[in-house]
Amino acid sequence: MKILVPVKRVLDYNVKPRVKSDGTGVDLANVKMSMNPFDEIGVEEAIRLKEKGVATEIIAVSVGPAKAQETLRTALAMGADRAILVQTDDAVEPLALAKIFKAIADAEQPGLVILGKQAIDDDNNQTGQMLAALTGWAQGTFASAVNVDGDSVSVTREVDGGLETVKLKLPAIVTTDLRLNEPRYASLPNIMKAKSKPLDTKTPADYGVDTAPRVKTVKVSEPPVRSAGVKVADVDELVAKLKALGVHS
Amino acid sequence: MKTLVWVEHDGKAVKDATLAVVTAASKLGEVHLLVAGSGVDAVAKEAAQIAGVGKVHVADNAAFGHNLPENVAPLVADLMGSHDAFLAPATTTGKNIAPRVAALLDVMQISEILSVEGPKTFTRPIYAGNAIATVESSDAKLVLTVRGTAFDKAATSGGSGTVEAVGAGSDAGISSFVGAEIAKSERPELTSAKIIVSGGRALGSSEKYQEVIVPLADKLGAALGASRAAVDAGYVPNDYQVGQTGKIVAPQVYFAIGISGAIQHLAGMKDSKTIVAINKDEDAPIFQVADFGLVADLFNAVPELTGKI
Repeated sequence: MKILVPVKRVLDYNVKPRVKSDGTGVDLANVKMSMNPFDEIGVEEAIRLKEKGVATEIIAVSVGPAKAQETLRTALAMGADRAILVQTDDAVEPLALAKIFKAIADAEQPGLVILGKQAIDDDNNQTGQMLAALTGWAQGTFASAVNVDGDSVSVTREVDGGLETVKLKLPAIVTTDLRLNEPRYASLPNIMKAKSKPLDTKTPADYGVDTAPRVKTVKVSEPPVRSAGVKVADVDELVAKLKALGVHS
Repeated sequence: MKTLVWVEHDGKAVKDATLAVVTAASKLGEVHLLVAGSGVDAVAKEAAQIAGVGKVHVADNAAFGHNLPENVAPLVADLMGSHDAFLAPATTTGKNIAPRVAALLDVMQISEILSVEGPKTFTRPIYAGNAIATVESSDAKLVLTVRGTAFDKAATSGGSGTVEAVGAGSDAGISSFVGAEIAKSERPELTSAKIIVSGGRALGSSEKYQEVIVPLADKLGAALGASRAAVDAGYVPNDYQVGQTGKIVAPQVYFAIGISGAIQHLAGMKDSKTIVAINKDEDAPIFQVADFGLVADLFNAVPELTGKI
């Protein structure tokens, strides 16, 4: 079984996003970019399934600028077998992404597509579910456990208030949540080896997908700032402040 | 504009998350509700009482019993033939279903709206709330998820919606519900708690987290949270994590104890109404967002606070 793993290049989670002064977006010039953390978990899960003998080949795919190659090389260094870069400098919305991944799924016939539940830049949390709709496959979103058994996969999902397990017919879509696994670091030899793994470059047009945005960003602004608070001298003063707010046992 | 609101329920009662969505929908136009499930008469009756509700579509079918999106999304997509906007709460259920509906309709969803600025214009958080985007849809229909903390809750009485059964519905046969483990503890869940007590790396161990943080949370009936550093150090499980890659919370009161205030953590809790920080490092960034800051050794201050509050 092949596994398709989409990965996105995003602003590193440790970097504070700065809104551009002209209100057109967040400044991405000269800042550290990394693989979306949820996608990293997706790559790790695919590798574990390969190590268990469930998966035979892992294909990492990224839609983005030429530099997204670096993100794909990271996936290859972690253990993906080959990569596809769908190169575009435009921001591609989840619906168009799902259409591109659908076309790749049609060509590659994976048994599973494992995506991050959301990218930490746009926070859309849509692409996996949309891909499931377009393929007509079942979806196991926000996964904290994935177990493939014959022609089905059971997915334990992190839902509000607890966990839920669903059984899905393969092929299926899984989106990852934080608890699914802890991604490995690529070793130096594997980073070197990744440089010679195959990486195809395509364009959205190769898959017949129009990436023109449906949603226009009118402006991007700073969130309202919190007014500076006060320091309290001791626990008694804190207790008094809290009681004034109605906070007590 | 005719809107269709996803009613979140547990089979017995309408969940609160629905009420904020009704308020958001009422800013767009006429509010219709969809109650999907198995044996949901009581829920439909309750939903019809929500203030401002027009029609309540009820899809009662075993296939809808566990909100499986493979079965529910086609139902919603069908109903969208006669509605202009679909709105769901930004809960795990809403987030699971809405994008599947959007793709079936060939619509680009707008996630977690914070405000309605115009018939097709909304604000939404990006970068975990570090920036707010104002966005405008060009699609013929709208699919939206709504952040519950951003809208007032509609009144649960005073409405007189008409209940109408939806005939169709089938099991797509590609997914099934196996089981659920819903935490039955007295403790509220992190994302809906009014008070959260979070501990950080400064606690030093899982034992200290239990000794220092848990009693304060118990006393206040609060949910338990943690910073990524505390989770990575193994003090608490992953699902305690508040932050950009964990849970985004906005309680009435958030206690950050022994948490320095890394960007990644602030992104997850800075919309809290009141932030209380206890940290021995007076230069810790957490104090820049805290309403009440106490510079003190948490191992003395927190037990004292627990005793006195």
